[in-house]
Amino acid sequence: MTVSAPLSARATARPLKDEEVARIRNDFPILETRVNGHPLNYLDSGATSQNPVSVMEAEQEFYEQRNAAVHRGAHTLAFAATEAFEAARATVAAFIGARTDEIVWTSNATEAVNLVAYSLSNASLGLGGEAAKRFRLGAGDEIVVTEMEHHANLIPWQQLALRTGATLRFIPVQDDGTLDLAAAGTVVGTRTRLLAFTHASNVVGTINPVAELVALARAVGALVLLDACQSVPHLPVDVAALDVDFAVFSGHKMLGPTGIGVLYAKAELLADLPPFLTGGSMITTVDMHTAEFLAPPQRFEAGTQRISQAIALAAAVDYLTETGMARIEAREAQLGHRLLAGLSDIPGVRVLGPGLGAERIGLASFDLAGVHAHDVGQYLDEAGIAVRVGHHCAQPLHRRLGVTASTRASTYLYTTTDEVDQFLATLREVAPFFGVRS
Amino acid sequence: MTSTAMQQLYQQIILDHAKARHGASAEALPPLPTRLSAAASVDPAPDGLRVGESHQVNTTCGDEVTVRVGVRGAGDEAVIETFAWRGDGCSISLASASVLHDTVGGVTVGEARAMLDLYREMLRSRGTIEPDEEVLGDAAAFSGVSRYPARVKCAMLAWVAFEAAVLPVAE
Repeated sequence: MTVSAPLSARATARPLKDEEVARIRNDFPILETRVNGHPLNYLDSGATSQNPVSVMEAEQEFYEQRNAAVHRGAHTLAFAATEAFEAARATVAAFIGARTDEIVWTSNATEAVNLVAYSLSNASLGLGGEAAKRFRLGAGDEIVVTEMEHHANLIPWQQLALRTGATLRFIPVQDDGTLDLAAAGTVVGTRTRLLAFTHASNVVGTINPVAELVALARAVGALVLLDACQSVPHLPVDVAALDVDFAVFSGHKMLGPTGIGVLYAKAELLADLPPFLTGGSMITTVDMHTAEFLAPPQRFEAGTQRISQAIALAAAVDYLTETGMARIEAREAQLGHRLLAGLSDIPGVRVLGPGLGAERIGLASFDLAGVHAHDVGQYLDEAGIAVRVGHHCAQPLHRRLGVTASTRASTYLYTTTDEVDQFLATLREVAPFFGVRS
Repeated sequence: MTSTAMQQLYQQIILDHAKARHGASAEALPPLPTRLSAAASVDPAPDGLRVGESHQVNTTCGDEVTVRVGVRGAGDEAVIETFAWRGDGCSISLASASVLHDTVGGVTVGEARAMLDLYREMLRSRGTIEPDEEVLGDAAAFSGVSRYPARVKCAMLAWVAFEAAVLPVAE
């Protein structure tokens, strides 16, 4: 399989060592928590990650020393706030290989996808004039997603298709949880206007072949949106090298706070796209009937911004950068391997998605024969182990893999090998407890 | 590690019912004898049995259950003659449907409603209410669930479906 992210680092990086992870854990106060009398074993970073002290301090420091509205007001605090806010944008941009003006703040990744969908929708209504004409969608046009998408990268496109008359199509998933690339070659065609897909699956952990998919889209002149929610936190991602048009990710999955997400979009696209949300802070001249808009990214940031969250997200990015994304990726690859190998050893466990050796991030979702995911999660929780149970916002993928719900354990830079082992040992007790013989 | 807490939550009665699934239909329930629109009263089937059905989904986990009840008579005096269900979910939700089948089969609608009220009160009590086993029977085994607010929905799913199914037919 072609691998999508920059590879040099992947091949050579030294994984974080256990003693380094032990030091990292000291930066995360919540990891000291006890749950049901046991030390917290947090294996749900795929849903939301924990915050290092530096992130919490960045947010607090902003409120203690610089709190003011950004991009308005001429007083000292307003200037300091604006400076910190824009510095955060530059930090995040550099982290993913983007230009600073290609980063738009949103509330979360879902809003970032919706921003693109509604901007395309507005263009289809004629907004944005001649410049936005190339974004117009209508009957006969096709939007393509994959069968493994999180609902956040599916439903906005379903709705866009309904609003514009375009057709939604999808690249199917194979039994092993990877995309059917042969089918992709026929699904993506001359009618395709947009291809939206996830970089790494939040359920099966598959890392998708971005280069191949982008090539398919480029061949037919379609735009590409990458859901990078599960890749940007866990591996080095360079959006320019990947050559995607849009990428979205969320702060809370990468050591940052909730309430902040990021849209990356190529500058030349942002320049021509009509805005999604409108109001204050995104205009130049306003009269009672018309308004002129600011240049991107401000054009897409109406209203008071998530200032402290953006600044705290930049602190999270600094933390990740100092630790080293390639080393984090290498560490998680080890943990993921341990997780998969251990799971395959437990009677009755069926791991969803590709097995050992495939390109995947450090998480695993599984079905335990005869025991519902909710019961598995309850048993683990009693031992202090936090995992995700349910459909993980990906009902179509679960249906495709023949289950209604699964249990997911996901690792991050603070996960220890002991935690993975404790999880595996406890999981072994589950089927016997529920009287299921394998 | 099998802790006391886990044993109190997953009492043997619950684990047994989750496997036995009394009243569960392996197949999709056959078409209703009378077309039922939601919350509307239903014309009795030719044999005088009034049949109601409800499908409920637990949105947090995707568990679902369909309950169908056949009632003869009217009002609180009506008797629950048939009770069938089909569902997919965790042991708590499956066991509660199975226990519900055993609990309300053959009783009057009034008695079933009284049990439902007690059951709901017990589940919402966060462990503060000792269940009345005289009234609730096996359903009292779910008292441990009340200490796990995230699981109360699982234990209520079939009961909520039963309530919705019986309302329009027991007017």
